[in-house]
Amino acid sequence: MAKLSINGKTIDVAVEDDTPLLWVIREQIGLTGTKYGCGVAQCGACTVHIDGVATRSCTMPVSALTAEQKIVTIEGLSPDGNHPIQKAWIEHDVPQCGFCQSGMIMAAAALLQANPKPSDADIAAEMTNICRCGTYNRVKAAIKDVAAGGQLGRG
Amino acid sequence: MSLASVTDTKLSRRSILKGSAAAAGAFSFGFAIPFADEAQAQGAVPEVNAWVVIHPDDKVVIRIARSEMGQGTLTGLAQLVAEELDCDWAKVTTEYPTPGQNLARNRVWGNFSTGGSRGIRESNEYVRKGGAAARMMMVQAAADGWQVPAAECSVAKGVITHKASGRSIRYGEVAAAASKLQPPANVPLKDPKDWIIAGKPLKRLDTADKTTGKKVYGMDFKLPGMLNAAIKDCPVFGGKVKSFDAAKIKDMPGVKHVLPVGDSAIAVVADSWWHAKTALDALPITWDEGEHAKVSSESIAAWLKEGLDAPQAAVGNQNGDVKGAIANAARVIEQVYSYPFQNHACMEVMNATALYTAERCEVWTPTQNGEAALAAAAEASGLPLAKCEAYKIDLGGGFGRRGAVHDWVRQVVAIAKQIPGTPVKLIWSREEDMLHGRFHPVTQCKLTGALDKDGNLTGLHMRISGQSIVAGIFPQNIQNGRDPVVFQGLNPPGPEASIGYTVPNLLIDHAMRNPHVPPGFWRGVNLNQNAIYLECFIDELAHAAGKDPLGFRRALMKDHPKHLAVLNAAAEKAGWGTKAPEGVYRGICQTMGFGSYVAAVAEVSVDAGGKLKIHRIVAATDPGHAVNPAQIERQVEGSFVYGLSAALYGECTVKDGRMVEENFDSYQVMRMDEMPAVETVIVPSGGFWGGVGEPTIAVAAPAVLNAIFAATGKRVRNLPLKNTDLRKA
Repeated sequence: MAKLSINGKTIDVAVEDDTPLLWVIREQIGLTGTKYGCGVAQCGACTVHIDGVATRSCTMPVSALTAEQKIVTIEGLSPDGNHPIQKAWIEHDVPQCGFCQSGMIMAAAALLQANPKPSDADIAAEMTNICRCGTYNRVKAAIKDVAAGGQLGRG
Repeated sequence: MSLASVTDTKLSRRSILKGSAAAAGAFSFGFAIPFADEAQAQGAVPEVNAWVVIHPDDKVVIRIARSEMGQGTLTGLAQLVAEELDCDWAKVTTEYPTPGQNLARNRVWGNFSTGGSRGIRESNEYVRKGGAAARMMMVQAAADGWQVPAAECSVAKGVITHKASGRSIRYGEVAAAASKLQPPANVPLKDPKDWIIAGKPLKRLDTADKTTGKKVYGMDFKLPGMLNAAIKDCPVFGGKVKSFDAAKIKDMPGVKHVLPVGDSAIAVVADSWWHAKTALDALPITWDEGEHAKVSSESIAAWLKEGLDAPQAAVGNQNGDVKGAIANAARVIEQVYSYPFQNHACMEVMNATALYTAERCEVWTPTQNGEAALAAAAEASGLPLAKCEAYKIDLGGGFGRRGAVHDWVRQVVAIAKQIPGTPVKLIWSREEDMLHGRFHPVTQCKLTGALDKDGNLTGLHMRISGQSIVAGIFPQNIQNGRDPVVFQGLNPPGPEASIGYTVPNLLIDHAMRNPHVPPGFWRGVNLNQNAIYLECFIDELAHAAGKDPLGFRRALMKDHPKHLAVLNAAAEKAGWGTKAPEGVYRGICQTMGFGSYVAAVAEVSVDAGGKLKIHRIVAATDPGHAVNPAQIERQVEGSFVYGLSAALYGECTVKDGRMVEENFDSYQVMRMDEMPAVETVIVPSGGFWGGVGEPTIAVAAPAVLNAIFAATGKRVRNLPLKNTDLRKA
């Protein structure tokens, strides 16, 4: 059993302690926007926010989490898909197949929240998600666009 | 455990229908079809023809036969239909007919196969005719209603106008009447210069749900009462299961069944996929590894090396007397290149859901070829095609892995057949996906070039040795030991994959050597290594002759104006011949394949520690017609990521008969920090239809490798690059 805070709701889930958060989100909670890509925290398709920090959920055992930690998935990023990052993604027509994009968007949103004016080097260092379709330059352009708009950040 | 205990979904069948339609945005996915009688009866709108349905509210549904896997074919094909239909683009949505519907209707939607960059290039004419015929029928229906000649009516954005009488009517108002008319016999098409929807850099139709997590991929698909399966196939290709001990895991959480799949694999079926995978990992399995258990990359390489000088080889392209030219040359340059196995490594691993009963077998899966998925389901189930159906789900990457071979579909049906009436979703682990790919073929190439005393190329022999994809997948297409696809980019002059050079004495031949590793069509296919072999060696010859690599090429390209025009376009945009920034060096190349002419110039630097930085790549492409320039740019950029990932890191190593690399930690790919700026020059010259998704992948690696030589003096002939120390000697 675990008690989790996901997208603002507290949810009890009956799973083994070592179940990765990813599979709790996908199979117990039923939110499938968060993807399985590698299971070894390499690709980032499973990225969610835990207290605002981009975290790879495929290697995070559910037992390591408490109900006080706020988990946000792609479905909880904004009520209507209108987070500035999501809007920029549409404006730049970023996704190709789209499978990695939930993770990309979550990583980008966390990056800009922590660092509203990232340099190119900051973006390259933080955005380590794998995209096999090769959307990297569009991802970068969308992030820079949002940064230029100054809509995100703690500052 | 009862079925009810694992029905954790709250979905009813009705809500699946609604939910999947919602998840797919405006798309009506194939997987709504099991309940289609109900759905169609409720929302019945008669089609104008097979390609076009127009609702009373003017919503236009365009049917798309090819699969969308990120390449944008769905948007491009819809643009072509909408262009001829003269409808309002803002009202366009799309849907997939199912493979079963296609068969039942005499394949009215043509080929479903989505590979070889042929979505638009091979179906553009009949989809445009579908749109144009629908427009003509709409106009005729309006004219009939007004009792005026159709020729007096005009159409713009889905509104038909009869100017003389000042009347107009919307498509939505006449669609029902139009659907009752006979289709026209003659369907003229617009001149592309008059296009207003096609040819424009429009945004994709399928983006919004990819930004919110709402889009349903195969991995996300659910049916009521569905179980989940994980699978392990013998890691040594061709091996079998000797024994397994199901008792050891039967009491693990969630486990329902432990099932053999064919004679080489075991699946665990459980309430959740995590439970299935966890139990499978704990299952003791003994393998009979079979005859290939001692094969290694080294043993394969030795076999291929022997082929470089073997007397027997199939000829792909030949003119003049290459032996004589080499014998009489002032200088002979000879080098051997090689290209390793690659895994497609789609972001979404292989998966499918199946429901089998004695009467029917249905499969829901991401596939590049719905009809091939249907055929695989029929074969694996033992039921006739008419009692099977395959529902396409948009792919989380395809790149050729999900096209010609549907091994995962056969597996899921074999599992479902053992639990009739229970839907089951099979998801491969990433490790399974890496171990059981259909790998980019392994080849070596020996190139021998003859230069005269003035440094002109008088003869060239290219001997390819290695694997044939066609022999592995479509052996019936091998004729007299010759695989025509092996020679992509090296063919004699013609519309497909032709060499861009005229060499007075030329021989390109192939000694086929097929290791036990199953080959597959991998984005770019054989153009990848052939462009590296030829374009890097041409670069070697140019340097040996003391000539500029661009000038050396141009001298051989006088009879290949399309190749040359694209090469010149890339060179000009990149500033070839002008001074590069300090420490930055350029490389250039060109090739032709999948119907399009492509070229690239790369700019790189290599620091004292041997670290490579790719600063910029300028790409040029002539696909004949450019249906959506914005999406072409994205395909060019994406193809470079795929091609450079392979060139920098990609290598599936064989040891003890199986693949060594099992995940992205050992099979690294390019990430954002290594991504160069990409500038795409689109130079459509008209008169033909070339592909977009693949051709440019082939010019990324040779342009970079030639630039690395310019920067370091090191000629990298064996990929991937990670195995070469680029530090100055």
